Amino acid sequence: MTDKLYKAPDSVGIVKTQYYTFAEPPDEILLDCGKKLGPITVAYETYGTLSPKKDNAILLLHALSGDAHAAGYHSANDKHPGWWDTMVGPEKAFDTSKYFVICSNFLGGCKGTTGPNCIDTSTGKEYGVTFPMVTIADMVKVQKKLLDYLGIDSLLSIAGGSMGGMQALQWVIDYPDMVRSAMVIASTSRLSPQAIAFDEVARNAIVNDPNWKNGEYYGNSVPHHGLAIARMIGHITYLSDESMHQKFGRRLQSKDTYCYDFNSEFAVESYLHYQGDKFVDRFDANSYLYLTKAMDYFDLSSKFGSLNKAFEHIKSKMLVISFSSDWLFPPYQSKEIVKALMNNDKDVSYMEIFSSYGHDAFLLETDHLTQLVKSFLNHLIEV
Amino acid sequence: MIAHKDDGPVYHIDYETILSIVEPGSKVLDLGCGNGELLHRLISEKKVHGRGVEIDERNILTCISKGLSVFQGNIDEGLAEYQDNSYDYVILNQTLQVTHKPDFVIREMLRVGAKIIVSFPNFAYWRIRAQLFFKGTMPKTRTLPFEWYDTPNIRLLSIKDFREFCKNHSLKILYEYEINEYNRSPLIRPLVTFFPNMFATEGVFVITDKHK
Repeated sequence: MTDKLYKAPDSVGIVKTQYYTFAEPPDEILLDCGKKLGPITVAYETYGTLSPKKDNAILLLHALSGDAHAAGYHSANDKHPGWWDTMVGPEKAFDTSKYFVICSNFLGGCKGTTGPNCIDTSTGKEYGVTFPMVTIADMVKVQKKLLDYLGIDSLLSIAGGSMGGMQALQWVIDYPDMVRSAMVIASTSRLSPQAIAFDEVARNAIVNDPNWKNGEYYGNSVPHHGLAIARMIGHITYLSDESMHQKFGRRLQSKDTYCYDFNSEFAVESYLHYQGDKFVDRFDANSYLYLTKAMDYFDLSSKFGSLNKAFEHIKSKMLVISFSSDWLFPPYQSKEIVKALMNNDKDVSYMEIFSSYGHDAFLLETDHLTQLVKSFLNHLIEV
Repeated sequence: MIAHKDDGPVYHIDYETILSIVEPGSKVLDLGCGNGELLHRLISEKKVHGRGVEIDERNILTCISKGLSVFQGNIDEGLAEYQDNSYDYVILNQTLQVTHKPDFVIREMLRVGAKIIVSFPNFAYWRIRAQLFFKGTMPKTRTLPFEWYDTPNIRLLSIKDFREFCKNHSLKILYEYEINEYNRSPLIRPLVTFFPNMFATEGVFVITDKHK
């Protein structure tokens, strides 16, 4: 049956990543850091059909390790669907029989959109650390260019979890007239020092890997250990004390007794190693450096003077969702967003979903999220 | 509004009263807004700028599907997310009796709203008195339908109690409405008017802070 997954009635089926290239010199885009970048290629996928009135478009914004492939399968033999396949498809939360859903890989990523692993046309070599520093706002600017290209000037909604939620906040600030509604899930208007600390340890693991070679490792051995450790740290922050108890306990992976050596024995160790190794095959270490830095720099309060000021001109109807056991982007950070929106008399709803999954809940609490998203979107369509 | 067990459509006489109190276009915050029925009516009939606070997940989903803006919060923890004097009315409809710290909740409401509307079931209603007196068991009514061991209604009070409370906390009662939900015979109205503590099933109070 596994080879028929794409034929499930609630699957978008087989999909293909598409590419759009723009900002060819001399029309490069100006980044927040002051540098110019171009040409830029954006990888994106779309699901469903754009209505004749072009009023049913929804933009999905992925998190740190996500990509443009939000739903469906890339081939008939593909065993792994897109990262939000549980939420995107006919009759699902983002119902592709009603909505036109778009997802693109963000700037600085390594999944088809221009990032440090791409060739710098001016040198003919991969950018590596010569890639300019990109911000969440730069990513949003590039997404806007893609929508212009697709001929979409109004979005029914945008939705993003974690780092995707940051982009959603940036969207409603930068393009208030274009976005009718936004869902900000397990996100924050700025990282806590604790979250920055974890990012820094992850970056340190990468840059101290002998294979990193100041970012010029393309064509040679990649900084495998560094990136794997970075991912292991990430995974610790995505889980919770409770979910680790439930998932692993103190179970040993393959033996009943301790070996009294330094090999990995506990189930939780095996899990982290597995996640770390798997990640290295699909992610670029330099990209990880740039993207975590983009998250660390994101701070709406300091950029606008205060969070209240940041949200002054928002026109979108907002839905903010947090998860009770998320200690990476804890519920209090979502409440700060909601409070600032309410201080501005904005149209905002807030829900804290009770969950033991930690930060990962935004990808796992499908039933809760489906109900919420459906309720939220249905009303928009009716109006 | 967890005081009611019944989720079906019920005619809420207290809704009519509150709808008649609130001026069109006001800014209204409804605490414990339940499934959003009152808030929705206030918005569609009185064109208010309305927001809700609710603790129950299922109720929040219902509110969101009605297009309402609702904040998930526990009103017993206060209204920290809301600024001073940011609403014309803060409503606590049939929810006072489930709060753990009613005095704190009312103080918070008065901080956030210019006026507050509080409605609650009157525990001194004659049928309730009669049940306790004659049957000797904890009374059950349509508005207080629970058993003693599973009731969320932990702060039972009478209209007289609430007037006393307002007096002791320097709260000014602007209006006071006594309601009898059974209102079937014309004889009841004068009884409710002259002996509200005995014949009203519910009290609806509009209050402001004397020091404001």
